[in-house]
Amino acid sequence: MSVRPRMKELSDEERKSGFDEVEKGLALHQALPEASRCLFCHDAPCVSGCVAGIDVVGFIRRLKTRNFIGAARLAREANVFSAVCARVCPSEEQCERPCSSTNLAEPIAIGALHRFITDEELKRGIRPRQAGTPTGKKVAVIGAGPAGLTCAHELAAQGHEVTVYEAEDEPGGLMIYGIPRYRLPREVVNKEIEYALSPGVNVKTGVRVGKDISFDEIKKDYDAVFIGIGLGYRTQADIPGHDLPGALDAGEFLRLAALGEAPRLSGDVAVIGGGNVAMDAACTAIRAGADKVIVLYRRTEEEMPAWKREIEFARKEGVEFRYLVAPLRFVETDGKLAGIECVSTKLGEPDSSGRPRPEAVPGSEHVVDVSYAILATGQAPWPEAKEVFSGIELNPSGTVKVEPDTLATSVEGVFAGGDAVNGGKTVVQAVTDGKLAAKSINDFLSK
Amino acid sequence: MVDLSLEFCGVKFPNPFTLAAAPTTDSAEMVARAFEAGWGGAILKTTSVETEEVSLVYPMMSGIDLEDKKLMGLQNIDLISERHIDEVEKDVKALKKEFPDKVVAASIMGSKKEDWQELVRRLEAAGVDLIECSFSCPHGMPERGMGSTIGQDPELTERTARWVKEAATRVPVVIKLTPQIADITAAAAAVKRSGADGVCAINTLKSLIGVDLDTFIPYPNVGGFSTYGGYSGPAIKPVALRCVAEIAKAVDIPIAAVGGISTWRDAVEFLLVGATNIQICTAVMHHGFRIIEDLIDGLSVYLEEKGMSSVKELVGKSLPFIVDHSVLSRAYKVISNVNRETCIKCDVCYIACRDGAHQAIELDEDRFPIILEDKCKGCGMCETVCPVEGCITLIPRES
Ligand SMILES: Cc1cc2nc3c(=O)[nH]c(=O)nc-3n(C[C@H](O)[C@H](O)[C@H](O)COP(=O)(O)OP(=O)(O)OC[C@H]3O[C@@H](n4cnc5c(N)ncnc54)[C@H](O)[C@@H]3O)c2cc1C
Ligand SMILES: Cc1cc2nc3c(=O)[nH]c(=O)nc-3n(C[C@H](O)[C@H](O)[C@H](O)COP(=O)(O)O)c2cc1C
Ligand code: SF4
Ligand code: SF4
Repeated sequence: MSVRPRMKELSDEERKSGFDEVEKGLALHQALPEASRCLFCHDAPCVSGCVAGIDVVGFIRRLKTRNFIGAARLAREANVFSAVCARVCPSEEQCERPCSSTNLAEPIAIGALHRFITDEELKRGIRPRQAGTPTGKKVAVIGAGPAGLTCAHELAAQGHEVTVYEAEDEPGGLMIYGIPRYRLPREVVNKEIEYALSPGVNVKTGVRVGKDISFDEIKKDYDAVFIGIGLGYRTQADIPGHDLPGALDAGEFLRLAALGEAPRLSGDVAVIGGGNVAMDAACTAIRAGADKVIVLYRRTEEEMPAWKREIEFARKEGVEFRYLVAPLRFVETDGKLAGIECVSTKLGEPDSSGRPRPEAVPGSEHVVDVSYAILATGQAPWPEAKEVFSGIELNPSGTVKVEPDTLATSVEGVFAGGDAVNGGKTVVQAVTDGKLAAKSINDFLSK
Repeated sequence: MVDLSLEFCGVKFPNPFTLAAAPTTDSAEMVARAFEAGWGGAILKTTSVETEEVSLVYPMMSGIDLEDKKLMGLQNIDLISERHIDEVEKDVKALKKEFPDKVVAASIMGSKKEDWQELVRRLEAAGVDLIECSFSCPHGMPERGMGSTIGQDPELTERTARWVKEAATRVPVVIKLTPQIADITAAAAAVKRSGADGVCAINTLKSLIGVDLDTFIPYPNVGGFSTYGGYSGPAIKPVALRCVAEIAKAVDIPIAAVGGISTWRDAVEFLLVGATNIQICTAVMHHGFRIIEDLIDGLSVYLEEKGMSSVKELVGKSLPFIVDHSVLSRAYKVISNVNRETCIKCDVCYIACRDGAHQAIELDEDRFPIILEDKCKGCGMCETVCPVEGCITLIPRES
């Protein structure tokens, strides 16, 4: 039984010196034997493991018979951002987890096979989608992240006239301004955005709803609205000294890096937090010139919310991990950051998240000397959403409240999905929400 | 959209993919599910007159794996259907009613002229689109003078086919041939002389699939004894491909291809060597009717990428490139070439060349294979064993 293939990667030196994509995909001679390891299960469990419901076993069979384009089209039918998701989905946690082959050896490398077929498709160009016969209905989509763009794509393909309002200069949301290029190259995102817009979607970039145009105006001008505004970029920061020069916010830092404007770093850099954003900030800091990057996390690796593969990725790049330590305040020297005063922690009783609560160990205060600190303790919903989308009911956490089966908000004809609703999950979840909302909106408009 | 429809013996198939006569077509319920999945036609499992006794034994299926890959080949000691013509008539009527655009064909076998002719008349009346005659089952039936006993004798073939053709007033008659004959083109020519409309090649090969090393009883073990069976599946594809090509080059008669076809790629190959209908049995028994999705999608995408609008354009395209061995160029010389970028230095090419060919590969200090120009004859053995796609290629020599 052959074993799961590994993708080729950039060398240790190459990866640290730039933003080139690190993973290089499978070669044909790796992909074909891996595809033929698939058992082609009845009612294949991988399909129910895929959040977007891609016919995984169907695309693997097509890949195996070298019908790469047919395979890619099949995946794309279920996921507008097929190539993006093939790179950034936590497939170990999703489609690969229930794979029957795990009982024989290892799960099929579904994520890598998915990437293989999308790479073949990108090489030849994605076949554009046709607009549907015009229905005369108009839909506004607010936010051009994966949720908004998927929703817009599906609705335009149904013949509705769709306009997307996006605050940034470019559509794409966190696929452009969040996930770093060394994991998700711009060319890939751009080609899929082009595909998403292909059925004749209009986009207005540089327009922030609530500032450049009001929500009421939009509601008045359109027959239905989708809200896919994601989360705010900034971390909730309550650590004293967080506005010192040298103290950075992970969301902002990654956004600048995406624009090619990240500050040049030097010396030791601390990243505070244990999620995927922390891992991306750490690896981006290395590329921005840090001599050493230390992740500070208040629980242990066991509880870290970052995906295993992200942790491995960071570790491979030399990122150091310190567990059971919590920041108290940022330390200043000569008007800029010089260190972080921390306290050691121990694990206590489980908290509301079910994870053990970190408890400060009295007398263990100490300073970690660093030149920069990047705070990555989680993004929050847009604080201004309450005023901007007045009338729309929010959850206590600030996320938009919806009917789970339809993604309808409390206001008739207004739907919402993606991070703005779930508080921050994945691209594939945003895509899936976008599809579901498009279906609900279509049903609503055909009433 | 490309056009996948194809005519075979004057019958229009919505696509060339047809279920071969086998357990997969032994009931109307199964065939209905296959049609719904997208199959273009079905040959119902071979039937006979009510007086013909069909006595089956179990187990009847045995497989052979290629190392860890299941079912490189399948052996069966199945016989024709236990369901006689009276039941098959009903299936034909029901299927034609529900699926008027799909091709419903029946397969028949008889021991005497009257039986053959009665089967034809009753099936025609039931509304069948085409009749296939099995002259080719290699196990069980020949002991009773049926099956491949007929197919192995061109004279018997011609005579029996003539009886069937005589009785058929409306639908075309296809004769299913056995590969177990010295010259399959002689059998096809006999069919042509009989006036029958087409041939189907090939039925299974007679085999003994394996022996249990503990009990010494070959597989399958039927109460302590075993017997020879019929071999099918991917392992027999090259034999089937050769048979179809030989017939297509020698005899002007429509050919339905069967034998080891599992994927759209296999199907394209059979079309290229002259088949106008594609039948599949073992791959469906292994993976189910659902394989039709990839067969159709793969063929469509292939035609699209080749810039062809109809599957007809493929038929027979490779035949001009098949010539006698003596005609092949003796001046054409190639040499093996290793791509150092992709080589993984397993050196299985080295072993194969040293012990199976011309000792034309040396290893450098990094274990890279070096081809010795003066020794390499370009036989191609190294290329066949290299695990890296495209790493070893045979390139024409300079002069
Ligand atoms: C650093 C980082 C790494 C990540 N890594 C992964 C990963 O590896 N895999 C994965 O699956 N997910 C990952 N994610 C999560 C993923 O990016 C998000 O879940 C996904 O992008 C959410 O999509 P969305 O459409 O809901 O929102 P977003 O992608 O956030 O898009 C929202 C859009 O709305 C716009 N907008 C907001 N307010 C307004 C307004 N008032 N008017 C007009 N436009 C507005 C924003 O500018 C933005 O373009 C990561 C996230 C981050 C931050
Ligand atoms: C279990 C089994 C039963 C079969 N029964 C018949 C039959 O009744 N009549 C017939 O013409 N061929 C019969 N065949 C032969 C197939 O139709 C086909 O010619 C052969 O299996 C080669 O094709 P394949 O490699 O796609 O299976 C049978 C094959 C199998 C495996
Ligand atoms: S669960 Fe695994 S083995 Fe089964 S079909 Fe899916 S990928 Fe293949
Ligand atoms: S068999 Fe192929 S991969 Fe292995 S050493 Fe030879 S050329 Fe290299």
